[in-house]
This record gives sequence, C-alpha cells and structure tokens, in this order.
Amino acid sequence: MKKSVILGAATIAGLAAGAAVAGTVDDVKARGKLNCGVTTGLVGFAAPDANGEWQGFDVSLCRAVAAAVLGDASAVEFVPTTGKTRFTALASGEIDMLARNTTWTFSRDVDLKFEFTGVNYYDGQGFMVPKALGVSSAKELDGATVCIQTGTTTELNLADFFRSNNISYEPVPIETNAEAQQQYLAGACDVYTTDASGLAATRATFENPGDHILLPEIISKEPLGPLVRHGDHEWGDVVRWTLNALVSAEELGVTSANIDELAAGTDNPEINRLLGTEGTLGEMLGLDADWAAKAIKAGGNYGEVFAKNIGEETPIGLARGLNAQWTEGGLLYSPPFR
Amino acid sequence: MSDVSFVRTEMLPEQAPPASEVGALGWVKHNLFSSWFNTILTVVSLYAIYYVLSGVLPWIFQSVWNADSLNECREIMMATWGSTHGHACWAVINDRWLQLLFGFYPSHLYWRPILALVLLLVALAPVLYSDRVPTKMLIFSAIYPFLMPFLMWGGTIWGPISAALGFVAGWFVYSVLSKQVSELVGMIGAVVAAVIWWLVLSSYFTGAMSSVLPIGIEAVESRQFGGFMLAILLGVVAIGVSLPIGIVLALGRQSDLLIVKYLCVGFIEFIRGVPLITLLFVASLLLNLFLPPGTNFDIILRVMIMMTLFSAAYMAEVIRGGLAALPRGQYEGADSLGLNYWQAQRLIIMPQALKISIPGIVSTFIGIFKDTTLVSIIGLFDVIGLASAIRADTAWNGIYWELFAFIALLFFIVCFSMSRYSMYLERKLQTGHR
Amino acid sequence: MTTLTDPPKEQFRLSMLLYDTRYRSATIQVIAMIGFMLLAAWIISNTIQNLEALGKPVEFGFFAEPASYDINQRLLEYDSRDSHLRAAFIGLLNTLVVAVLGCITATIVGVLVGVLRLSNNWLVARIMTVYVEMFRNVPVLLWIVLAMAILIESLPAPRAFRGENPEATMNLFDSVAVTNRGIYVPEFLFSRSLGDIHIFGTSSLRFDISLDLIAILIVLGGSIFAMRKVSAWAQAKQEASGDRPTIWHIQLGILFVPMIVLLTILGFHLGFPELKGFNFTGGTHLRNSLIALWLALSLYTAAFIAEIVRAGILAISKGQTEAASALGLRPGRTMRLVILPQALRVIIPPMISNYLNLTKNSSLAIAVGYMDITGTLGGITMNQTGRELECVLLLMLVYLSISLSISAVMNWYNNRVKLVER
Repeated sequence: MKKSVILGAATIAGLAAGAAVAGTVDDVKARGKLNCGVTTGLVGFAAPDANGEWQGFDVSLCRAVAAAVLGDASAVEFVPTTGKTRFTALASGEIDMLARNTTWTFSRDVDLKFEFTGVNYYDGQGFMVPKALGVSSAKELDGATVCIQTGTTTELNLADFFRSNNISYEPVPIETNAEAQQQYLAGACDVYTTDASGLAATRATFENPGDHILLPEIISKEPLGPLVRHGDHEWGDVVRWTLNALVSAEELGVTSANIDELAAGTDNPEINRLLGTEGTLGEMLGLDADWAAKAIKAGGNYGEVFAKNIGEETPIGLARGLNAQWTEGGLLYSPPFR
Repeated sequence: MSDVSFVRTEMLPEQAPPASEVGALGWVKHNLFSSWFNTILTVVSLYAIYYVLSGVLPWIFQSVWNADSLNECREIMMATWGSTHGHACWAVINDRWLQLLFGFYPSHLYWRPILALVLLLVALAPVLYSDRVPTKMLIFSAIYPFLMPFLMWGGTIWGPISAALGFVAGWFVYSVLSKQVSELVGMIGAVVAAVIWWLVLSSYFTGAMSSVLPIGIEAVESRQFGGFMLAILLGVVAIGVSLPIGIVLALGRQSDLLIVKYLCVGFIEFIRGVPLITLLFVASLLLNLFLPPGTNFDIILRVMIMMTLFSAAYMAEVIRGGLAALPRGQYEGADSLGLNYWQAQRLIIMPQALKISIPGIVSTFIGIFKDTTLVSIIGLFDVIGLASAIRADTAWNGIYWELFAFIALLFFIVCFSMSRYSMYLERKLQTGHR
Repeated sequence: MTTLTDPPKEQFRLSMLLYDTRYRSATIQVIAMIGFMLLAAWIISNTIQNLEALGKPVEFGFFAEPASYDINQRLLEYDSRDSHLRAAFIGLLNTLVVAVLGCITATIVGVLVGVLRLSNNWLVARIMTVYVEMFRNVPVLLWIVLAMAILIESLPAPRAFRGENPEATMNLFDSVAVTNRGIYVPEFLFSRSLGDIHIFGTSSLRFDISLDLIAILIVLGGSIFAMRKVSAWAQAKQEASGDRPTIWHIQLGILFVPMIVLLTILGFHLGFPELKGFNFTGGTHLRNSLIALWLALSLYTAAFIAEIVRAGILAISKGQTEAASALGLRPGRTMRLVILPQALRVIIPPMISNYLNLTKNSSLAIAVGYMDITGTLGGITMNQTGRELECVLLLMLVYLSISLSISAVMNWYNNRVKLVER
C-alpha cells in the first residue's frame, strides 16, 4: 500500500531533479540550487558543523560557484559521496559538480569521461611517522606496517613506490581518516600515508603533534580539483572560471573586505573586467556581469578561503607551499581575464 | 484392649527450616554454590563483572559534559583528574545529539518526524494490541501510509491525496467491473486504472489542485534526512512496503502455477543469497543505469527501494512460515464453503497466517533496522555516517568511544524493547493455540 | 432403441481462457512470463542506452590488467603486478577463511552459551542473557568496528616489546606474540620439504598444493584405516571368544609412529616469531583485521545460535530428561547423550540461515580493512577501473554461489539427520 506513495514521491523527486542530459547551467538556474558533491567528512576540507552547515575548503568552492550562478552562496545542496560513489553520482547527474579532493589523472579525465576544471589544491602523497621511530627517509621503511586510506590513488602510488625501491611493507587499508588516525596513534601501524595536506591536518589535531614528523619524500603528484561531466562545456567553463576568479582576485588584491569599494570602478582594467564593471565577460559565460564579484564575496578570494579553512591560523595550520601565487613561488597561475 | 494408640492427635509445632536453606542465604546456596563446579563458575563470573565494571563505570561517570572541543575536554580532564585516560568526553554528545538523532532535518521542523513516530505507534496499536484497541482505529492505520510521507517530506498536501485517490479509483473500477463482468476482470481493471491514475493523471491533478488550493507545509528534501531518524524511516518504509510484496511472493511461492512459482523462488533466493551491502552498491551505483535515461531520483529513495526488495524476500519467507503453520483443515474448510482462491485468502487464510507471523515480522524488522547502518558505507549520513562526519570536524577529531557508545545505546533501547514485545506476543499467541 | 448421441462438441471460445479453470492457470502463467520478460527487456535496454551515453560498454577485459595494489593477507602468492582477477581470487579466499572460522567459532560459542543460559547457576544464566541481548540488539557493523578498536587500543604495539625493559613480553615460552597488529603464532616448517605442485600454470587462478601436506594426509588416512582394521579384528575376536583383547596401545602406536617418522624425514620444526625491525617476522601472522572480524561476526552470530540452541533444548519434552535421570545419567551426560542429539533436529534448519547470514555479513570486512572479496573486487578494483556494473554483478554472483553451496550442503546434512517418520 505504501509502495505507490514512494513511487509517487519518486516521480515527483524525479521531476524535480530533472533530466541531466545537457545544459547544467540552465538546470541549476531552473532548480535554484547547486548540487555539489563533497566528501563524507575530511578535516578542513569538508565537514558539517553542529547546525548541519557544511564548512571547509572544498565547500567554499561550491559556495563560490553557487554565488556566481545563482547569486546566493547558500543555495547549495551538499551531497556527501564516498570514494566509490563519487564518480557515479557525477556521471548520473545526481550532482552538478564534484569538489572532493579528487586527483586529476589521465584515466579519470579520459576513460571515465570527466572534465577537471582546474586545480584548487596541489598536493602530494607523504608519510608521517612517530619521532621515536628514528626514521628520516621513506626508504628506511623496509618491513614497516603502513596505514593507507583506501578509495584513492594512494594505494597505487604506495605499491609503485615500494616496488620501485624494492622494499617490503605491510599495507593496512582503512576507510576513513579518523580510523587511520586512531590506528596510527595506537601504534597499530608505523607509518601513516595519505596526501600531505591530510597528514598535516591530522597531525595538528593530535594531543602531542611534536612527537610526529612528516618524512621529506613526497611520492606522487596529487593535483586536487573540481570536476564536471565531460561534454558540457558551458558548465565546465563556469566552474573553471569561478575557480580562476578566486585565484585572480588574490593576485589582484581583491578581497571580500575591499570588493564593494573596488566594484565601484578602479584604474586597473583587469580588476574592472573581473568584477564586471568593464567588458562583457559575464554575458559570455551566460551569467550576470557581477558573477565573479558575487563568487568572491561568498567566502573571499582564494587566499582568504585558504586562510579561513586550512591556513596557518587554523588548528590545521597548512603553509601555502605549492599553493602560493606564482608571483610568490607557488603554482597558482590563473589565465588572464580578458 | 488397652489404648496403645500411637497416633499423635495434635500437630507438632512447625520448625523453622535450617537457616542455610531459606532466605537470601538459601537462595545463594541453591543458585550460586550448589556444587563445586557452580562455585567456580560463580567466582569467575563475579570477577568478570568486577573487571568490566571497574573499567567502564569510572569512564562513564567521571566524565566531562560541557566543552566545545576535544582539546577543551582534555584540558578539563587534566585539570580535574590529572590524566586524560579513563574519562569520557560526553560533551560531544551534548553538542551533537540533535544531529545524531535527526541528521540535517531543519531544527524548527523537528516536531514533524516526532509526530510521525507517535502517529506510527497509534497506527500500529490496533494491529499490535488487537485485544485492547477498538478495531475502528484501523481506518487511521489505512490513512497513515499517506500521512507519513506528507509529514516527513512536506510539500503540498495534494501529492499524498492524489496517491490515495489512485487506490480509490482502483477500488471503484473493481467494484463496478466485478459486478458487471467478473471478479478477475475487475481486478485487472482496477490495477490498470490505478496505474494510469498514478502515472498519467495524478501529476496534472496535483498541479491543478495545488495552484487552485495551495495547502501545504514546508518541503524538506530527503537529502536532509539523517541520523537515527533515517534508520527508523528506512526500517519502517522497508517493512511497511515489503509486507504486501512479501504476501504476494509467499503466495506465489506456494502456488501451483509453475512459472509464477519459479519466478518467486528465484527472486527470493537471489535476494537472500547476496549480502545487503551489494544491494546498496546497486542502489548507489547501478539503479540509475537500470532506469530510462534521464530519470534521476535521490539516493535515499533508491536505498529505500533496494531495502524494500531486500526485506520483501525475508518477509515472504516469514509469511510462508505462517501459511505453513495453518492447519490443513482451514484450507479445506474454506473450499467447502465454496469460497474462491482470493476470497479464501482474504477471509480465512491471511488473517490467521499474518497473526501467527507477527513475531517473525517484528524480528525481521529488528534485523532490517540494524542493517540500515550499512548505508553509511555508501555515504549516507545515518548515525554511523554522522559519527564519522563529526570526527572529521576539527573540534572533535580524535573522539571515538563516546559516539559509538551512544549509538550502541540508541540501537539497544529500540531493538531490545521490540524484541521484548515480540516475545510477549509469542507467549500470547502460544496460549491461544494450545 | 435409443441412439446415443455424442455430447455437444465444445467450441473453444476466447472467454474460456479466463473462466475455464483448465485454461485459466495457463493464461495467468503466460501473462506472468510475458510481464517478466518485458520488465527484463526494459531494464536491459535502459542499461544499454545508459552505458552507451556514458561511453562504457560492458566488457570484462580489465580483469586481465595489473591490479597495481597490494593485499596484506594473501593465502596464495600475489603481488601488485598480478591481474585484477587474481586480486579478486585472493579476496574470495579471504572471505572463505573468515566465513569458515566464524561459523566454527560461532557454533561452539553459541552452543555453550545456549546451554549455560539454562544453567541452574543464577549468575551465569543472567550473564549469558546479558551477552545474548547485548549482541543481538546492536548492529553487527558497530560490533565489528568496536572489536577492532578494542584490539587496537588494549593490546601493546610491537614497539612495546623492544628495549631492555620491555613493557610487553611474548607469551607461552616466547612462542606467541600478541600485539595490536595481530597475533603472531609459530608456523610449521619443513627443512627437507617435498616441494609444491603447481596447478593452473601461470593463470590468475593458479595455486600450489604442498606435497608435505599431501604426504601427511596420506599417512594419517593410512593410520586411521589401520586402526579401524585393528578394532574390527578386536571386535571379531570378542564375539568369537568373549573377551576383548587390549588394543589401545596398538592403536596409539599405529596413529603416532608413522606420523613421527614422516615428520622427522621431512625435517619438521616450528618457526617462531621474532621482533626484527619494525615488526615481528617469522611465524604466522593473524592480522587484527581478521581477528576483529572473526571475533565480532562469531560473537554476534553466536548470540543468535544460543537462542536457537536454547529453544531447541526447551523443545525436548521434560520426560526425556526425567527418563535419563531415572537411568542414572548425570546432568552433563544427559545433556550430551540425550538432549542435544534430539535438539539437533530442531536446531539445524535455523542454524543454516545463521551460517548464511554470517557469510554475508563478512562483506562488512571493509569497515576494518580486511581484504575480502568486497574489499578487492568490490572495493579497490571497482574504484580504480570505474567498472561498477561488471564488478557489482560479479560480486553478487560470487556471494550467490557461496550461499547456494552452503545451503545445499547443510540441507543435505539436515536430510541425513532428520527423523524418518513412518
């Protein structure tokens, strides 16, 4: 008897979700909400707080895109995804974009038919060991027990690294960062390996962070970025340039504090083009002229987002490192707004 | 003859039994130290109890209730007891218990799931306590399946009404056709009419009515469901919907129609042969592939569908057990009254078989309810999923036992009371049969 | 004279398909079949269309590609260059290991608890009730996670064994090391081993059979056969002459002497675990993911089995117990010789479904990182290749065949012990 109701609800939900064939921009506008895939919880990058509000670095990108497209940074439905479900959720149209520490690899881009629209965090796989172990290089880890987080590229990198250095190890695959942390602290594994940002974030929450060191080896490149479905170029452009707008804004000194002032018009033509007081960039994207200004207002420019969620002032305390602007020796390099 | 009667004419005063045989002492002697083996068992058990309690009790009671983060908790522990080990930080529960119970359901609407739960108990009362609650309450039980989605999801009231109208349409067609043509044609017509109503007409009806008379409450997306509420919702929907499916499958499995029988057997054995987690993988990864291109409905509904199919197979087996337990005479009696198959099922067989099956249905429900925790593996925020998410919050990173103890307690309370009810029912049914 | 006329020839009318009971069942079945086939066709065509849109045709070629991940617990040799199919096979063996271990332990614990729940020691009966209720009413996933956490938190890390004054020491004359990475026990080694037979060459399903093991099994079989012969001879002699020759020392000799000779020839010795570098080396490593899963699954299932056993025992009429007491049997023997054999018949059918549940619940291994088939085929392989349809279908097929085999075997056993009623 209840079956029909569920079917009824299903049809209603189906109608509401709409077809996800093409024109994601129009879908999102029609729906008035952005469906953004995030992790089920990763310290500093995405986690719900006590009020159920999502917070974090990846979350801020979702909010910026929502602000750019819909003018409302809170018009986001966050869809938690696991390592397994994230690609299916994106491919099936359940989410419009995935902002979930996903590494940009060839096969994901080409074979799985997704489009990475940039890199919002340059990461690499590292190792953390207790200081007491007296290890100073990953090559000394012969015979060690290594905790790995599964569902990522981590286990593949690790297998390759140990194989190419011809040393043996005992992998302990673990589903979530929280479990891995517990095992590592109890000494059930000698080494914990995951992305260096994750290691630093994890270490920061230890009772005695000073007792643990990160080994110098970074064994992989992990460019983490947002991705969208292959073939929907308009939508890909929106996400790509929203990210670029955040990066450019930092480079140009546009912050959430001074943006209102700058949006009135400045002497710098690039700022004017970015904030929509000059040129028709917004129109070309199919958005309002001040789309980038709204995106920046949502959570600040890239530097502000970084500082607020994972920067040195936060308990996580990540240094900018590779994620500094190119002018400061990092890799962040936004194509010009012109 | 002299009187040599040695028969005592008055009673001897009653002697108190030896002190070691009565009262607390006697009880202890009989129940704990009746033999050397029992004595050893008792001593070992006492030690085990002491060992467990001495570890757990201080942890539970020497604890911190008010803090904003794990670090603050640890500072308080250091200040109070001088060590961070052996003390619970219940502050995390204090901070997040509403979230653990309701997920991301809007906090000003908490009354809706609570009301839905209370009404569920009211709707179940005539079934569960059939001897104390008037049968007329069954009308409410029939309304409840439409009321519950309205309360949980909100939105316009015309959606559930239109879903209910499908049944009305079906019943109307049936009653007309079965009188004029035949019962079988009536039944087919009813199904066709209901399906046409739901698939074609109901969306127009809903649209038209809600534009004319927009009655409704704030809509809540199923994505916001979570926590313990999600476990209850998934369990109730799966069991509620699978009951009719299970009845059909059980009847199909017992029928003489070979093809129908083997289709049912195949379905039941397939579902019972694979773990629930693979069915949840199907829900999260494959179900969209099986539906027409472009259909897309959210993960909670997909999980509900797969959980329903899963519990339907188990339900079919429970009901088959109930059918098998009915004495053969009941079937023969129905035949001799000249009832046809469906009449016999509806009037004679099912009311009895279902009554016998209630304990089995309750234990299936407990099983399904516990199994809902698996949805955390596919990324839904049920209690366990939320526990992981809470541990990913910077404030509570590193917390462990407190969350799981709380979750275990929640499940224990609900499952234990249900299993007690089921035992009570079993006893009641047993006396009725002997 | 009257002439017999043929009864009017019945004309077949279309409505008879519905009203004539002879045809109606056929009609319903045909409709059901057509409906089922339509549904299947609809699903398949949808799937094909969807997969085409995604550009992912169904193909199983990826199984031959290198898996490129490592698996910690491998019963057969495997490294990261082996194929995905090999990885799935290793995972399948791990599933079977935990399922078999779990079923055995659950049965033992379950029967014990079920009997103890009926004990006349009030305290023991109560504790067992608490155990049963605690395990039955909390989800198994939670128990698995908790078992893992308890192992990790309560046992010493290998580094605690190091140094002059170690915090932890090995047990049983330095032969067993209990750490929070698992338990290291001595392994059996043969210094003059006969080698292995390689089966299936270099394919993904290749495995080795140890000739040592075969030799041991042959000798054991031979000894048992000889022992039976001896006792048959003793039986014959007893029937012929009336007194039974003492044979227990002959029996023991037949059992042990050939085995000891064989083991000496093979150079049998134990390999003890030893702390080297980061970990214990040598010995057999029972990883704590295996132990946690095994423990949680068997304790959880044992709670259900205990209830079944208790119900089975209570189902035996009190007269049986009284008759056994009248014969002078003590309570323990009554239980073992009279009650349990009879209760077994009531117990076995629900037991089958508990074994099935345990096997299916072993798929929760991913919660503790035990690499069973859900962790390999349905986990890392699926993540890395993105072939969800193929992986999930294959996974279901594997579990379905395991379940069907278990129920087939158990049903066969059930039919054997069933009372043959007249």
